[in-house]
Order: sequence, then structure tokens, then C-alpha cells
Amino acid sequence: MLSIKNLKVAVEDQPILKGINLDIKPGEVHAIMGPNGSGKSTLANVLAGREEYEVTEGSIEYLGQDLLDLEVDERAQAGVFMAFQYPVEIPGVNTATFLKQVIGSIREARGEEELSAPDMLKLIREKAKMVGVDQSFLRRSLNEGFSGGEKKRNEMLQMALLEPKLAILDETDSGLDIDALRIVSDAVNQMRAKDRSFIIVTHYQRLLNYITPDHVHVIYQGRIVKSGDKNLALELEDKGYDWIKEEVETVA
Amino acid sequence: MQVLEAQTQSEYKFGFTSDIESDKIPKGLNEDTVRRISAKKNEPEFMLEWRLKAFRQFMEMKEPQWPNVDYPEIDLQDIYYYSAPKKKPKLESLDEVDPELLATFEKLGIPLEEQKLLANVAVDAVFDSVSVKTTYKEKLAELGIIFCSFSEAVHDHPELIKKYLGTVVPQNDNYYAALNSAVFSDGSFVYIPKGVKCPMELSTYFRINDTQTGQFERTLIIADEGSQVSYLEGCTAPQRDENQLHAAVVELVSLDNATIKYSTVQNWYPGDKDGKGGIYNFVTKRGVAHKNAKITWTQVETGSAVTWKYPSCILKGDNSIGEFYSVAVTNNRQQADTGTKMVHIGKNTRSTIISKGISAGYSDNSYRGLVKIGKKAENAHNFSVCDSLLMGDKCGAHTFPYLEVENNSAQVEHEATTSKIGEDQLFFLQQRGLSEEDAINMIVNGYCKEVFNELPMEFAVEAQKLLAITLEGSVG
Repeated sequence: MLSIKNLKVAVEDQPILKGINLDIKPGEVHAIMGPNGSGKSTLANVLAGREEYEVTEGSIEYLGQDLLDLEVDERAQAGVFMAFQYPVEIPGVNTATFLKQVIGSIREARGEEELSAPDMLKLIREKAKMVGVDQSFLRRSLNEGFSGGEKKRNEMLQMALLEPKLAILDETDSGLDIDALRIVSDAVNQMRAKDRSFIIVTHYQRLLNYITPDHVHVIYQGRIVKSGDKNLALELEDKGYDWIKEEVETVA
Repeated sequence: MQVLEAQTQSEYKFGFTSDIESDKIPKGLNEDTVRRISAKKNEPEFMLEWRLKAFRQFMEMKEPQWPNVDYPEIDLQDIYYYSAPKKKPKLESLDEVDPELLATFEKLGIPLEEQKLLANVAVDAVFDSVSVKTTYKEKLAELGIIFCSFSEAVHDHPELIKKYLGTVVPQNDNYYAALNSAVFSDGSFVYIPKGVKCPMELSTYFRINDTQTGQFERTLIIADEGSQVSYLEGCTAPQRDENQLHAAVVELVSLDNATIKYSTVQNWYPGDKDGKGGIYNFVTKRGVAHKNAKITWTQVETGSAVTWKYPSCILKGDNSIGEFYSVAVTNNRQQADTGTKMVHIGKNTRSTIISKGISAGYSDNSYRGLVKIGKKAENAHNFSVCDSLLMGDKCGAHTFPYLEVENNSAQVEHEATTSKIGEDQLFFLQQRGLSEEDAINMIVNGYCKEVFNELPMEFAVEAQKLLAITLEGSVG
């Protein structure tokens, strides 16, 4: 599904990622953890194709394609979805209109049949119900005046509608209360499938109480310094990140 | 074929061209030019006198320097003030039309038959525009509505012209209005009788003909007591013209309890990337609202190299309402200084100003607005929003709000914002699978929504697409 080899990334000539290696198979859920400033969000943004991040070395293969060759929108069309840490507001653009246009353009790019207006609406309503987005949201401007939790739920709605093959959740859990956290994890759990993989970037372990990852990786100073199963996350919750930092520094 | 041609040609008599035989009056501006224009148009004495008065006043005036625009000096002696409408060559099929123009039509979503009409291709018999127009004409006539060319109105309805012409924009109002008053070529005239609600949008679109639009257009719209009309000016299709200077005047008279809605989409040639060859558009538009009357100006300005335009409302009658909704887009080297004036004279008068400026490339976009509350305007209320959106960092946005309040009971609210089209917004939308073009389009349309909502439906759809085309390639 996804194969990252020796990935090095700089922002404004400042190296952030210093050689990431990661393999993700279809159907797997990988959690990327690490202290603030370790580079975990950078990894998410590079996968989505954000321009400010300059790949200086390494390769990313996604479903047999060179991911770095694709534009941002092409990646989305190829099934890469990123749930944003800070979903942007777009004033004046009705959420339903936005969803319709996005679904339409993704379906078109994937060579799928065009949905009729009633079918489209039905689909949106169904998925909105699934992720607990109230119908009244659909009539409001995209994310404008939404609370943090509402924005994140809206992200989950988009994920459910676009049916990605690789979903990246960039600190989706930050700033969420328990109810919202549950909604996010329910959405992910319902969408887990044999041909769909998830990368869950998070600072805290608590989201992983609801979503059980297959693999957990810890990024520190731009490298994956430790990988393990879900127990690694529990260990991190117990002991914090300091012991990892110490380990790394001892080796160095 | 001949029959068809005769039919389409004759159709243009529907007030679109006047009977003119000879071609041109020599270049230059003097009293003789004015007399000869009037003579060519076979005008009655009162019209000539009116023009001459304007000309004499014009001679005393100087070109204004205060607009925030910059252009080379215009040599008024180097302009033809009268030329017989030229017929553009008729084309046999769309294959002969400039492919770039066709691509634009395609993007605007203009139906094929309309494309032919716009590109001056002979239309086939299936598209019976003649009968469509005739139906309109009959329907309007039944209601006593007059919708014709200005020249025609001078001959057929001199009493209305005498009564209202220059009452809203006097001959000596400003430099370009005075020039227009002296040498105006033609334009539109509308009269809606008492209590009549015009059943359709009156559109200059129905007046597209195969002759050039004059550079000095004059429009006069009168809505008699209790009547209603919605008027559409311009069209989204790109308009080229060999005349560089355009100085139009539009006067609206909204009598007691009447409503006039005036919508404009302006897409004159803006010049090339360096601004060469674009049109200078210096326009005076103003309306007077009497008791309980309402005037709404809605404009989408995307064209011209230099624009200088302030559609205004004189809220003379008690309880009258003035509204101004504007989207002004500038790209490349375009310059726009546009806005409105709301002059509150009557009691309980209300005005709303929603102005959305978008600047891209190396362009400069200024909003200039005056809200004036007169001494007797008890309980006047104004609400203004002036937003600017910047695309890139080489363009400029400026706001010049003027406020004169002479009555303490007035309530005036003003909001202004300047924002940059966000990299974050673009990245977000593209991450959802939209192309950069669609993403920009979505952001800009959201930004302009309040204005587009005021446009008639089909016009709004075309205006949205027009915006996308105007801003193509302006980010990234």
C-alpha cells in the first residue's frame, strides 16, 4: 500500500525528517506518536503533498505509484485523505454544496458514475448520521463558526464520503472531549476495511483506547526511534516520552 | 436565406439602431462636432440646446485627478465623436470564430445559439430569435412599457426626455458626465407606467446587434409611481471595442413607491498582461428614490483597464431605500476606483453597501464610498461592508470611506476587512480532490456570495464562471 524509504524533508532549509522508513500494508492501522516538534505532523503533510515541505531525499511509493510525482488533488483522487488538525473555514460556501462538488470531482476522477442529485443527498445524509453530524450543519458555511469538535466531525464526514484507501488523521483528537473522541473513533472503526489503511498521528494515547492500532511508531528528532504494537502506546502513556528521549540520547 | 437575413436585420429596428446614412464626423471636439452629431441624429431643437449647454459647461471643467488610478493623458481632439454604426462582418459558421473566444464561451456555459449571436455568426432558422423578441415586444407594449433606444425615445417620447433627462445627473455634474451630455451617441430608455410590474428582466442582451456600442452611452430609466422593474446591463461575454475611452451616464428615477433594480456585468477588454490597449471606463450612474421608493445597484466588474465608477442613490423621499452590491475584480495591470454614494435626504431612509474587491496580479483595487446624512434625514440608517481579497503579494487594495453626518439620529455602521486568499484554504480544498482552479473558484464565490445572491439567477451563474476565468492562473 505505502512504502516510505529514507525520507528526508526540510522546511525552509531546516531539516525536519531525517530518514523515515515505513511500510504499511492494506487494512493496517498505524499510529504515529511522538513529543511535540518531533516531525509527526510533517510526515502527514508530506504525504498529502503540502508545498512548503521539501523532500530532499528518499521515496514514497503508494499503490505502485510514485506519490511524490502526484499533485495534491491527484493524490486525493488516488485515495489519499488527510483529516486536518485545524480544518479551515471557507466563508460563504455552504457545507452541502462543498460536499457535493468534492464528491462529484472525486467520482469523476475515479471514473465512477455521476450521482443523481437525490442519490447524492441521500448519501450525504446517511453518512452524516453515521458520524453524528446534524443536518443543520449542511446548510451552514463550511466550518465557519463551528466548534473544534464540530469541525473534526465534519472531517470524519468527508472521510466517510470520499472513501479513501489511505486515511491520515493529523492529531484529529486534539482538543476533543470524550464524546467527540468516541465519534471520531467510531467513524474510523466503522470504516476499517481490508483494502483501507490508516495513519493516526497523535500526541496522546487516549484515542488509541478506542482505535486499536496494528502498529505504533514513535518519532523523535525526525526519525522513527521505536516501533511496536499497541502495548507501546500504553507504555508511553505510563512513562511519558522522556525514557525514549533518554534512550535515543544514550545511543547517540 | 435572404428572407432570414431580412428578418434578422429588420429585427434590429427594435430600437437598436437609428437611421443614419453617412459614416463619420471628423476627429476633434468643438461646438460644430456637437451640432453635427445632433443633426446626424435628426434631433429636435431642445436636444441640441441641451447638448450645447453641456458642451459649454464642459469647456470650463478639468479632468478630475482624485481617483486612485493612473493612465496616460487622453487627447480628446484625437477621438471620433460620431461614426455610423459599423456592421461587423457576418461569419458563416462558428468555425470562423477565434478559438480563444469560443473557449471562453464554453467556460461561461453560453448556449451554442447564443454563442453564434454573440460572435456574430448568422443564426439558423431553428433559433427563432425574431419571434422571441417580437413576443417580448408585444407583451411589454400591452402593459404600456417603453423599452427602446435613447435616440428613438428622443423622437417618440420627447415629453419624457424633457421632463427627466439630466434631473439626476446634471450636465455639469462632472467632467465625463458633461462630455457625455454633449456628445452621447445612444443608449437605452425605459419607462414603466404607474403601478405596472414589469413581467420580465429588461436586458440589453436582447439588444445585441451587429453594430458597435457607442463609447458615450446614455441610459435613462423611469419607474413611475408604484411600478417595478429589473434591468440587466452588459453581458459576461468578452467585449472588445476599438474605442478606448468610454464615458457612460445612467440615470434612474424611482418615483413614489417604485422599485428599480439595476444589475451590471461589465467585461470590457482589460488590455493585455501589461495593460496595453484596455478600455478606460469612466461612468456616472445615479438614481433618485422618491417616497417609499427603492433603488438597488448590483454590479460585477471584471473588465476594463481603468474603471472609475460610483453607482449612487439620492434618497430624497421619506422611507426610501438605496442598496449597492458590488464585486470588483482586478487582475494583471487593471486599476479600479469604484464604490458608491448614498445621500440620505428624506426621513427614515435606509441604505446598504456591500462591496467585495478582489485584486490579483499587479492590479490596484480601490473602494471609494460616501455616506451622507442630511440635516432633515431623521432616523437614517446605513450599513456598509467593504471587504478586500488579495491574491498574491504584488497587488493592492485600498478603501476610502467618507462619512458626513448632519443629523444626530442617524445610525451608521461600517465594517471593513482585508484578507489574503489562504494557502491553507487552497491546500485543504485540493486535498479534497479539487483542482487549483476549482478551489480558487470556490473560495472566491463564497466570498462574493452576498452580491451574487442579488443577481438574477442565470446572470449569477454566468458571473461566477466569469470570475473564475478572470482569475485563472493568478495564484501559485
